[in-house]
Amino acid sequence: MALKGLDIFKLSPKKNCKDCGFPTCMAFSMKVAAGAAEISKCPHMSDEALAKLSDATAPPMKTLTIGKGENEYKLGGETVLFRHEKSLVNRNRFAVLFTDSMDDETVNNKIENIKKVDYIRIGEEMKVEIAALKYSGNKENYIKLINTVKNSEIKVAYMLICEDIDVLKEALEIVKGENPIVYGANKENYKEMVELVKADKLALGVKADNLEELYSLVEDIHKLGYKELILDPTSNNVKEAFTNAVQIRRIALKEGDRAFGYPSVVFANEIAKDDKYMEVAISSLFTVKYGSIIVLDDIDYSRALPLFALRQNIYTDPQRPMRVEPKIYPINNPDENSPVLVTVDFALTYFIIAGEIERSKVPMWLAIPDAGGYSVLTAWAAGKFGGSSISNFIKESGVSEQTKCRKLIIPGKVAVLKGDIEDNLPGWDVVIGTNEAMELPKFLRDFNEELRTAKA
Amino acid sequence: MAFKMSVQKYAGRISEVEIGTGEKALKLGGENVMPFYSFDGDCGNTPKMGVEILDVFPENWIEELKNLYKDVAQNSVEWAKFVEKEMKPDFICIKFVGADPNGLNRSAEECAQIAKDVVENIELPLVISGCGNFEKDAKVFEKVAAAVDGKNCLFLAAVEENYKAVGAAAGLAYPHKVGAESSVDINLAKQLNVLLNQLGVKEENIVMNVGCSAVGYGYEYVATTLDRIRLAAFGQNDKTLQMPIMAPVSSEAWSVKESVADVEDAPEWGCKEERGITMEISTASSMIVGGANAVILRHPKSLETMKKFVCELA
Repeated sequence: MALKGLDIFKLSPKKNCKDCGFPTCMAFSMKVAAGAAEISKCPHMSDEALAKLSDATAPPMKTLTIGKGENEYKLGGETVLFRHEKSLVNRNRFAVLFTDSMDDETVNNKIENIKKVDYIRIGEEMKVEIAALKYSGNKENYIKLINTVKNSEIKVAYMLICEDIDVLKEALEIVKGENPIVYGANKENYKEMVELVKADKLALGVKADNLEELYSLVEDIHKLGYKELILDPTSNNVKEAFTNAVQIRRIALKEGDRAFGYPSVVFANEIAKDDKYMEVAISSLFTVKYGSIIVLDDIDYSRALPLFALRQNIYTDPQRPMRVEPKIYPINNPDENSPVLVTVDFALTYFIIAGEIERSKVPMWLAIPDAGGYSVLTAWAAGKFGGSSISNFIKESGVSEQTKCRKLIIPGKVAVLKGDIEDNLPGWDVVIGTNEAMELPKFLRDFNEELRTAKA
Repeated sequence: MAFKMSVQKYAGRISEVEIGTGEKALKLGGENVMPFYSFDGDCGNTPKMGVEILDVFPENWIEELKNLYKDVAQNSVEWAKFVEKEMKPDFICIKFVGADPNGLNRSAEECAQIAKDVVENIELPLVISGCGNFEKDAKVFEKVAAAVDGKNCLFLAAVEENYKAVGAAAGLAYPHKVGAESSVDINLAKQLNVLLNQLGVKEENIVMNVGCSAVGYGYEYVATTLDRIRLAAFGQNDKTLQMPIMAPVSSEAWSVKESVADVEDAPEWGCKEERGITMEISTASSMIVGGANAVILRHPKSLETMKKFVCELA
């Protein structure tokens, strides 16, 4: 349970020595309670008090690090139930499932698919981050499978799904250096499991038949002193899995109960029962609500495009609007005769405008100056999208070397800027575009037709 | 500590709105907890799935959908009957694309006749959606509301610019339901509800369309708007936000590049139809788990999947 400032003050040395950087012990205690200072900043705290406090002042949900090197990811660490309260911080990660009962072709196809689906969306890499390797009874094949995936050069973290300690020991040897997740601690094997992962502090996946048993299993594991856990709320039906995922998150964050203060792993592939479309629906559900690792049966673009896009939306900081990089974006393969259209760097505006230009099929250079990440009218009102900033950007971007066309289309809502831009950009003809994005395709097609006729 | 379920009780409840008549009439809303939080209380009526049809042939839709409807889509009545019989959604939404002044510019009288013919030939509840031009929609909705009198249709949607005309026609002169459309902002949603209410349209006759976008296209604003609207309705018992929400998913999901790019233009992306379906399913399931009480879909596979999804989740 979270401690109040006064509780912390009682345990403090009360010397007001300022060694912590705060004027008084009381001020320091209040900061620690608010989560704005670390208790370790006080060099005079007794070990006993420190132990008591570091436990009590730790965040309600643990942040785990899995994987190694470029495949290292953080899970958990969330502090709010809804993104508008602050922000969700560590995005869920997608995994693809492999088992030892799959034939070589299936395994290779999945590996190829993971390689294929790797792309950039608004400056971020979109790909499957975890290979989930499940033991289904054939040890020799399982070891072979792990080696195959490891040697395939796909860039992933590993999750070994195995409840058999002996098999797991051998499997772990292969990927030990990769900081894998070990999944499969249950009420029978948890002692050996903890023993196995303790030295390397590997994340341990915990499963039970229901929420209550999961809770007592975590308490048992806590008694062994182990706190690097990932909880499995999965049952084989959507309703129960959803209830459990929400309860785990809420019991941790709202009730402040650390037994459930861990990230989760959801086997969407199992709940969907070989129905790809259901898998998309279920994975969307757990992207919105509280899945930390979502396991898929396979990856392809029809799964990736919506799921990665949704995740990118949900895990953005609501206090910071999403922006795109200011630069010239070619759309529909423009050439030296294509006109230039300018709008703001607010990601939503960029996406809508880029989408409408694509829909129009008219080749176009889309100019995105730095407009502070605001929408057109807001940026204009804030002085971030005006005559001089637009014309300076057009000059500096070098777009005039990429096209001979000297037509610059501006958003209809800032039609007043026409004269200003023309004064600053000699030789350019400023054209007033549409007020609404949806009117763009027709406008651009007509405009393009006019350009062509004029030329002919 | 012993294990204990975390339960949250709220004072507020979403009103229950009925659309349509007879056995196939449907009810939206009625819940007093966040979507599918059955451990907190009453989840109300399960979310409903509608299928979109147009008053014109769907030229811009993907081939597979055009093929599905090729024998019926020249005639809205046949199209609606086909959807009712073959696809079995909870409701049908007819969108009067043909009324667009920049397009076919079909007259309000013509639209009214089409709506009347459709509603008389189906048993499912009918939702009526406009062309997006608020002046024209106001005229169209006025005539349509009279033509479908007694059928308890939902008019999606009244916007800030035309709410008086739409509200007066669909919510006052004739006893239909009014859809209040705002664009992804809790305050705008609230304001439009208040305005409609001041006009005399009762809360229980209003359904909200608080804005929708395909996943990846600013969906974060939609997700957060839904959360905030629902938390205000339940937690603060804000009466002006306690209306069910209907989300026009199809028009958003089927217009983004993930769904419209041809295979030749994006070969690595694979089958276009499949991409459209997954965009539609992902958006619809996110909307529903975010708080939408009904979604409008286009593809039979999306409909089938979403029905199964809701059935298993409820």
